[in-house]
Amino acid sequence: MKPPAFDYLRAETVGDVLDGLAQHGGDARVLAGGQSLMAMLNMRLAKPKLLIDIMRIRELRKIERTADAVVIGAGVRQADLLAWPDLAEALPLVALALPCVGHMQTRSRGTICGSLAHADPSAEMPLALVALGGEVLLRSARRRRRVAAKDFFAGMMLTARSDDELIEGISLPVINGSNFAFREVARRHGDFAIVACAATKTPSGVRLAVGGVADVPTARDWPRLEGSALDDALNAFAYELGARDDVHATARYRRDLVRMIGRDLIGEVLR
Amino acid sequence: MTRLKSDVRHPIHVSLNGEPVAGEAEPRTLLSDFLRHQLGATGTHVGCEHGVCGACTVVVDGMLTRSCLTLAAQVDGCEIKTVEGLAPAADRLGVLQQAFRRHHALQCGFCTAGILMSLDHYLARNPAPIEAEIRDLLSGHLCRCTGYTPIIQAALEAAAQLASSKKETSDA
Repeated sequence: MKPPAFDYLRAETVGDVLDGLAQHGGDARVLAGGQSLMAMLNMRLAKPKLLIDIMRIRELRKIERTADAVVIGAGVRQADLLAWPDLAEALPLVALALPCVGHMQTRSRGTICGSLAHADPSAEMPLALVALGGEVLLRSARRRRRVAAKDFFAGMMLTARSDDELIEGISLPVINGSNFAFREVARRHGDFAIVACAATKTPSGVRLAVGGVADVPTARDWPRLEGSALDDALNAFAYELGARDDVHATARYRRDLVRMIGRDLIGEVLR
Repeated sequence: MTRLKSDVRHPIHVSLNGEPVAGEAEPRTLLSDFLRHQLGATGTHVGCEHGVCGACTVVVDGMLTRSCLTLAAQVDGCEIKTVEGLAPAADRLGVLQQAFRRHHALQCGFCTAGILMSLDHYLARNPAPIEAEIRDLLSGHLCRCTGYTPIIQAALEAAAQLASSKKETSDA
């Protein structure tokens, strides 16, 4: 199908975007790489009156490394981050997950922040943000605020972003001396995951984050568990995520994947 | 800052396969439709119109691009490469296209334009691909005729040929 009619605003500055959002609020949508939003428009699941294209704003296209974090601007494409020479060293979990985001033909245009704004519960970047405990940098004409990953995702394709706010970027912590593992199961490589899991070693034990099961990517911290204690913890977590049947998989299969992949990944990061 | 009104056709200028061209588009006009209806470049096919099938894949400013997930307004001033730009002349096929013909890497041809664009873009940057890389690239395309195997064979043979003879790029 074709998108419904809308005005198109090519923003040159962040100020243009914030003014547009302040004026039009929920009737406006920010267009970055378009790999989620354009599909929503073509299927008429979204009908904004105004699209604000942010991809000609240079200052949003930066990847900046600070002492303990990497800040990724709203205009950074998935392919740009994959090609960033420091990625594997600074953000090893993202280096594992990013090749599973869509296909080469969509990563070339899709942005990191766009994937977060879309907030598909099966998507890899929201999962990585939650697993790493990153922050979303929101900005409106009135204020700037930082929202923790766990508070940002409010439900299936819902976020804590207000209608007048731009996701200006995200901040991902650089965690030294840890181990990371990522795995997902999808019908085909590049499809949205049926279940995706990310594990990190923490000072006190391990964190497992799961996407594709609950309405939002969900993380759980445990002390160092082994054997049947780990099995019990994973089983309880798998049930708490509230898996549902759909055309891709049954709830039971999803719980099975959480238990099996979770156990494998925790074994990998604690090895 | 440029604001284009929804109910008006606006002039869009692009470079198409190296030629400066222009057409008109409403803000909601997809690049795929702009190419086909305004510029007459009907080699780009429209399949699913939500970014899944890959038939409409073109190259915009060096980036592989689903033209159905891109607005004509977004590419104003950009360089666009489509399947029409692959052949060295009207009656000659490029190395990749010849390999497709030899290996029967197409049957109905609907998906072929998009796959050729992906492979042409990839082989230019990765002259010695392995099969797994070609398979990964093809995961972004749907083909219902071939079962993909002949496409992979054609791609690998074209890559080897391009690597061995950079000069010979046509069958003339």
